[in-house]
Amino acid sequence: MALLNFMKPKNRLEEGGRTSAPVQRDSGEPEKKCPNCHRDIPLSRLWANDLVCPCGYHFRMKARQRIQMTADRGSFHELFSDMKSENPLNFPGYNDKIETVRAASCEKEAVICGSALIGRQKCCLFVMEPYFMMGSMGSAVGEKITSLFEYAVKHRLPVIGFTVSGGARMQEGLLSLLQMAKTSAAVRRHSDAGLLYIAVLTDPTTGGVTASFAMEADIILAEPGATVGFAGARVIEQTTKKSLPDGFQKSEFVLKHGFIDSILPRCDQKKCLTELLKMHSGRSPV
Amino acid sequence: MNNAAYERVKLARDSRRPTGLDYINTIFHGFLEMHGDRRFADDPAVVGGIARLNGTPVTVIAIEKGHTAKERTYRNFGMPHPEGYRKALRLMKQAEKFGRPVICFVDTAGAYCGVGAEERGQGQAIAENLLEMSTLCVPIISILIGEGGSGGALALAAADRVWMMQNAVYSVISPEGCASILWKDSAKAEAAAASLKLTAEDAKSLGVIERILSEDDIGKREFYDRIRILLAEELKELSGDTELTQKRYDRFRRAGTAAVMKE
Repeated sequence: MALLNFMKPKNRLEEGGRTSAPVQRDSGEPEKKCPNCHRDIPLSRLWANDLVCPCGYHFRMKARQRIQMTADRGSFHELFSDMKSENPLNFPGYNDKIETVRAASCEKEAVICGSALIGRQKCCLFVMEPYFMMGSMGSAVGEKITSLFEYAVKHRLPVIGFTVSGGARMQEGLLSLLQMAKTSAAVRRHSDAGLLYIAVLTDPTTGGVTASFAMEADIILAEPGATVGFAGARVIEQTTKKSLPDGFQKSEFVLKHGFIDSILPRCDQKKCLTELLKMHSGRSPV
Repeated sequence: MNNAAYERVKLARDSRRPTGLDYINTIFHGFLEMHGDRRFADDPAVVGGIARLNGTPVTVIAIEKGHTAKERTYRNFGMPHPEGYRKALRLMKQAEKFGRPVICFVDTAGAYCGVGAEERGQGQAIAENLLEMSTLCVPIISILIGEGGSGGALALAAADRVWMMQNAVYSVISPEGCASILWKDSAKAEAAAASLKLTAEDAKSLGVIERILSEDDIGKREFYDRIRILLAEELKELSGDTELTQKRYDRFRRAGTAAVMKE
């Protein structure tokens, strides 16, 4: 149990999924309800299985846990960790909101960047944080991702990025919007340098992140059942006054329509990323 | 609450304002419209082609809203589908091949939200424009003439120079959408409009645009003549620039850096 306690989330915000907090029954250990199969799954079982329910449902995952799952042990070296957004528009309520989120998530911003080894292959890694304003992209997120791609060009490294985002962060207004153009230009330079960029889209990847670096990778993978789209489903329903097709904007739907390369369950990610990195490592620099 | 910002939003949406085609037909000569994205369809919400600016061939692209109810329906109220963005990109790549500058007129509430738009990759279409425009080897000038709605507007505004009409607005989200998400009340759109800093003056002071264009004599000959002269002057300057794409990179690279704190 000691190890499990160590792995357990530090606070309520860190638990994955859209479900309510886990319930502690009188006798047994804490459980969590799966929104897909509706069964109560013991937390220990979920944690031992990278937050995937036995039915295959992928719960949301904290960025640091994802890094731990993906990078070789002890290889992750964080970069640009000192960057965080101010309140450039003096947007009402933003200071309080972001301070609350910072305290609850123990993160400064909605993306974590760094260099790492994956299967002993050196790469740059960025992982967006669902428990930080749902991975919304403000100035600092854009700056960190842009800086990472520039770092990757300088050191001739591939980039692996895990996306999760509700879109641009509206509290930073136009400055958030422009991060789409800024990150895209950096991705382009990285691509023009002949370097590999793999995006893994996780639930949910939407809005301005979908319309920029999430859809610009050489290889685009997605977790099963992840929502991937531009406009929010509710907005589309309200605009068109039509009911949406089954599985709309799920990764299986996006795959069918030709916008991602493959669906990659969590248990296969490390192996697949390692193999992809190896297959691209022999390319001589342009 | 000061609702000057929301008044601007209403002005920017006014169907009597000149639309993209009004600008194209008056500022340029001999506009030849080019249709279709060569992938799926022709999107009437985006108009593009070749025209002459004081005799020089240029590629012009506009998001068109239309004036009358019939026109507006046909133009999908200026909300492009992915094929609209792909048509725009096709024309930009063509402009690059033949060394023509690109001039875009932007006027949209946003990229269209619909099932078909999602099925055909609205996000991917916008992303591809941003990616390709960042290294396009010819000058790009974008003018926001009415509404500049989020990614759907930016997809035609990742340019060397971005100008705004005095009463145009440019925002990451509509004030109604913002109010509904943040305060669960779309009636608070006025407060949201003020908070979002979406007027031309705001955009200028945030360093998002280079120039605010006066709306004196809007729709009249003098109005369009003024814009023609400014465009010609600016293109002259940009056309000789050997560091064009580097400067475009820097233009967007700077965005928001001042808002990022380093501890």
